[in-house]
Amino acid sequence: MTKPLNLVAKQVMWNRMISVVEEQAQALIRTAFSTSVREAGDLSAGVYDPQGRMLAQAVTGTPGHVNAMAAAVAHFIRRIGQDNIFDGDVYLTNDPWEGTGHLHDITVVTPSFHQEKLIGFFACTAHVVDIGGRGFGADAESVYEEGLYIPIMKLAERGQEDRAFLNLVRGNVREPDQLIGDLNALTTCNEIGHKRLIEMMEEFSLSDLSEISEFILSNSRRATLEKIAELPQASADGEMTIDGYDTPIILKVSLEIKADRIICDFSGTSGLDKKGINVPLVYTQAYACYALKCAIAPEIPNNTASLAPFEISAPEHSILNALHPAPVALRHVIGHMVPDTVYNALDKILPHTVPAEGAGTLCNFQMSIRPRTDQVAPANTRRAEVLTFNSGGAGARPTLDGMNATAFPSGVMTMPVEATEHSGPVIIWRKELRPDSGGAGQFRGGLGQFMEVGATQGHEFDFSAMFDRVRFPARGRQGGASGGATTIARSDGQAMFGKGKQFVPHGARVLLEFPGGAGYGKPSERSPEKLIRDLQGGYVTPEDLEQSYGLSREQINAMERSILDSEQ
Amino acid sequence: MTEHKIRMGVDIGGTFTDVVLEVGNSQYSAKVLTTYIAPEQGIIDGMQQVCTKARIAASDIQQIIHGTTLATNALIERRGAKTALITTQGFRDVIEMRTESRFEQYDLNLQLPEPLLPRQDRYTLHERVAASGEVLVPLQRKQVEELVIELKGKSYQSIAVGFLHSYLNPEHERLVRSVLEDLLPDVIVSLSSDVSPQMREYERFNTVVANAYIKPLMKSYLDRLAEQLSDQGVQCTIFLMHSGGGIISLENAAEFPVRLVESGPAGGAVFAADIASRYGLDKVLSFDMGGTTAKICLIKNQTPKTSRVFEVARTYRFKKGSGMPISIPVIDMVEIGAGGGSLAHVDSMRQIRVGPESAGSEPGPACYARGGTRPAVTDADLIMGKLDPDNFAGGSIKLDSKASAQALNDEIGSTLDIDALTAAYGLVEVVDENMANAARVHAVENGEDLADYTMIAFGGAAPLHAGRLCEKLGVQRLLVPVGAGVGSAIGFLRAPYSFEANRSVYMRASEFDPSAIKELLNQLSEEATGFVRSCDAQAPITTQYKVYMRYAGQGWEVPVEVAPQQAQEPKADEFIELFERHYKALFGRVVEGLDIEITVWSVNATTPKLSTNPNQRDVEPDVKGGDSSQLSSAAKTVGLRAIFDPARAERMEASLVNRDAMSTSEFVEGPAAIVEDETTIIVPASRIAIKRADGSIELIERKI
Repeated sequence: MTKPLNLVAKQVMWNRMISVVEEQAQALIRTAFSTSVREAGDLSAGVYDPQGRMLAQAVTGTPGHVNAMAAAVAHFIRRIGQDNIFDGDVYLTNDPWEGTGHLHDITVVTPSFHQEKLIGFFACTAHVVDIGGRGFGADAESVYEEGLYIPIMKLAERGQEDRAFLNLVRGNVREPDQLIGDLNALTTCNEIGHKRLIEMMEEFSLSDLSEISEFILSNSRRATLEKIAELPQASADGEMTIDGYDTPIILKVSLEIKADRIICDFSGTSGLDKKGINVPLVYTQAYACYALKCAIAPEIPNNTASLAPFEISAPEHSILNALHPAPVALRHVIGHMVPDTVYNALDKILPHTVPAEGAGTLCNFQMSIRPRTDQVAPANTRRAEVLTFNSGGAGARPTLDGMNATAFPSGVMTMPVEATEHSGPVIIWRKELRPDSGGAGQFRGGLGQFMEVGATQGHEFDFSAMFDRVRFPARGRQGGASGGATTIARSDGQAMFGKGKQFVPHGARVLLEFPGGAGYGKPSERSPEKLIRDLQGGYVTPEDLEQSYGLSREQINAMERSILDSEQ
Repeated sequence: MTEHKIRMGVDIGGTFTDVVLEVGNSQYSAKVLTTYIAPEQGIIDGMQQVCTKARIAASDIQQIIHGTTLATNALIERRGAKTALITTQGFRDVIEMRTESRFEQYDLNLQLPEPLLPRQDRYTLHERVAASGEVLVPLQRKQVEELVIELKGKSYQSIAVGFLHSYLNPEHERLVRSVLEDLLPDVIVSLSSDVSPQMREYERFNTVVANAYIKPLMKSYLDRLAEQLSDQGVQCTIFLMHSGGGIISLENAAEFPVRLVESGPAGGAVFAADIASRYGLDKVLSFDMGGTTAKICLIKNQTPKTSRVFEVARTYRFKKGSGMPISIPVIDMVEIGAGGGSLAHVDSMRQIRVGPESAGSEPGPACYARGGTRPAVTDADLIMGKLDPDNFAGGSIKLDSKASAQALNDEIGSTLDIDALTAAYGLVEVVDENMANAARVHAVENGEDLADYTMIAFGGAAPLHAGRLCEKLGVQRLLVPVGAGVGSAIGFLRAPYSFEANRSVYMRASEFDPSAIKELLNQLSEEATGFVRSCDAQAPITTQYKVYMRYAGQGWEVPVEVAPQQAQEPKADEFIELFERHYKALFGRVVEGLDIEITVWSVNATTPKLSTNPNQRDVEPDVKGGDSSQLSSAAKTVGLRAIFDPARAERMEASLVNRDAMSTSEFVEGPAAIVEDETTIIVPASRIAIKRADGSIELIERKI
């Protein structure tokens, strides 16, 4: 009777550990100061065994941290040293290569002790408000300009906080109180995880996690390997060209499915960019792995064993494996394009599985607002930094339209317009779907969106653009058409660029059209019901029905008549 | 409330309509099937049954309180009226674009829920109010008239109006209403600044759209109900239970039907709160488990926790984000897909998963022998010995143990190489753990530690699982009250008249403006009190003030209660101190050096809580230590049955006791099963069960 009963208890404990890391992540969301954490979920949390193997990771969080988190704790153990780990210690880093890809992400690791024995670790990562340097943007030429660098070190030893270190941090960042608040939030959330874990261990009278880790890891490994074994053993190449900063960037991948692993090699990918859009390998690994897991093993939770069979590499000094001291602040701009590149190859091995290309990169921008300088500014004007998160359209799926204005692969949310307008003297004049931007197809690409933004009376601003898909829109699959490209312009007619900081004078607005996802299947195969729905809702205009779907004027007129009849 | 008042509570649920009649200290209840086409018919049938039982006439009833799931169902099933939305130019798609995110990150074929109104029914006007409340672009009446004339040809029954920042300045929304009243007098209008004057356009627009969408349906239903009850001779006033756990008038309910969403479960929480006050318990976890879902709610100081936004109609495994947000005052409940009918399977990691998929009533769990072949929670309960196959639902359904064992073997046992009993044990442990996790997370989110809580369990499946849940949560005390099967309807009879008014007004502690705050809170207080006064002209009304605060730069507000006197003379340092105290309780430490923001202000006006049976408030013997020697005598055991005890991980010989045959203060030691017609209370080996004077069964941790 012992064996099966153990099984039930272990299942319960695995469930519990997933719940524990979820609690850890929720606590972080509630206490963090950075907009990207609380509104957009730019964070992760996980629990580890004493060897640094990740046992569970919160579902809440963004895919960009997946592999980075799995690898991080091992770096901490190595750097801190096995015999230098004490109860009451807290460690941290923002090393882009040993953490999660840029200086703005701070990872905090806390050793977990039970009955005076090290039984595991908790780790969490959050994107902080500010880390000094040039501020959040692509304009640095090396990581030295991007802000304060914190090597793996102790934030606290045996419960004693390192005050000198905190003073140093305070002196080097723009929002010291908030940053310290974020460090508190990270530390607290690990404490919450630890407390819950110990409660579980007491309930089940465990003295260590070895048995449960073995159970989690072996079941995850076996499940992942079973999924991989079901796939055809084959290889294929994929590639995608994207805007880059000044010159286009080519992303290339060779994908090989073996009996027990998947090899993903980005050889042939463009070299480093001069600007801060380069990607450390951990981030490339995260998004490549995320893309593969979505397509192959979506229900298997992330842990060291379930991630291990995905072997992802890129040549050193390529834009997908930038080494120190390359600038990497906006690594997401390129990193978000990794899944579509991987899918370009995977589609050749597993047809009818992956979506057509989508907007990919989030359509984020930052506004640095200040009192107007062309003439005397009114008294009630002020300075403010406003960062917004927005999404273009997702690619159409083999049996479904793409999602309108929805982030993929990123997991972030947008902020309410009303909240953004309270955070600084900005006005968002328009934020709505962009008709005709979804690539035509049997299944239509998701629509991108229009935005129109300006400052309130008496202000001017710098607009930091972080957009892609201006020159290279999302490409369709199986005969589906491309999605609409990104456009950016100033209301006074002045041209603007997809990337970089650009001045916007008093009274002018920035007009934005965010990209649509691409279509899947031939447009001529789209069902009449779907076309009528597109026309009725204005997702596709009559002109585009003619142009992209090849409908005649008469056909469209007939559709319009039937819509009118149904409305009355 | 000592006079013999005759009151009736009616709860229309998805399957059953429950009617409870109280005549003085006597209670009569009836359960009839909900009739979807004419839900009022179920009420009439139930009313006739209870009136006959009580030997009174319908005209003797002095008050009727009604709660219903009709509003929720209309939203889930999209059975609302032809509705249009008028919104700010440039923002036509707010309710469709949602949060621009995916609620399930790893599903490539994810489908987002459709907005309540399709795109062609969403219209825009050129107007704009700024975040300061000032008008940036004035709305021209002529433009409104042109649009309204366009709408005239499209036979809309209901129109929602939602403009940006209207919670600060409702003038433009009101102008649209006045034009609509002139040109389209038959159309029903809802303004976002009336329905939900809170910041965050997606939530506010969705709430006003939901209100408009169900308003014609609910209004016609409420009118029909009033008429038919009157035809039956009913002469008293009818009130409605709202989502916040209070009662409003029929007229107000018809105006703001979105406030009726989740009123049934709210009644359940009020029921638990009433038991809590009878026993003088300040910290209670209510646990309601039925056929498809379980609901968990924290009740502090005999008042259920409330929240100001929740999600209705989740489309994807009860997942957060897969439904639509409704921002109204609501009892804060966690609902998970775990009930007696929840089905189990084994996933690719060889792990047992349970729910949210449910066997429903057709075909039902395998043991119903109506064609169900997959194991449900009820099947596992049966195999573990928690249920008697010959005495389920008072013997009305004979359960087929063989079918349960077969289903457990096929779906779980064969894959994991375990026998049916171990599979049942695994299944039940997983579902109990899911519920325990939900409770733990909810407690942590509210800064509470469940160790000193008492659980109150009701709903058909709850007594089978509550004991184990207490073990898992470290909860020492559990009460299973009488009438647990019609708990919501009884709860309606205990609810006060109440109304909560909320408004978003942004203020920093560094720019604390006492006179503005006083004025705002007074306005809200007047609004809330007005609603309550329309129900009861005399009763004393108390007001509770709550403000939502956070550190500048955070996105999550902490609700902070402010005393009436502090609301009348607001002082910055007092508000800050209150906030810091709450923040510390939640997150362990305060943050130095940061300004504090107040974002939402809320006033709840309420009449005193009702307790129709105050004489039942009895002094209980103190048996917290679980020492049975203080108790009078052991209850009569009518038999023995082998029941699997999950904490001991073994089958144990359990005593069987009839609940009705137990006298006050009689006890039974676990492992035991206390049997009644509606359900069975499982007493784990770790507990002892005592019958209380009010008929409740109390389970407490045993001294070893």
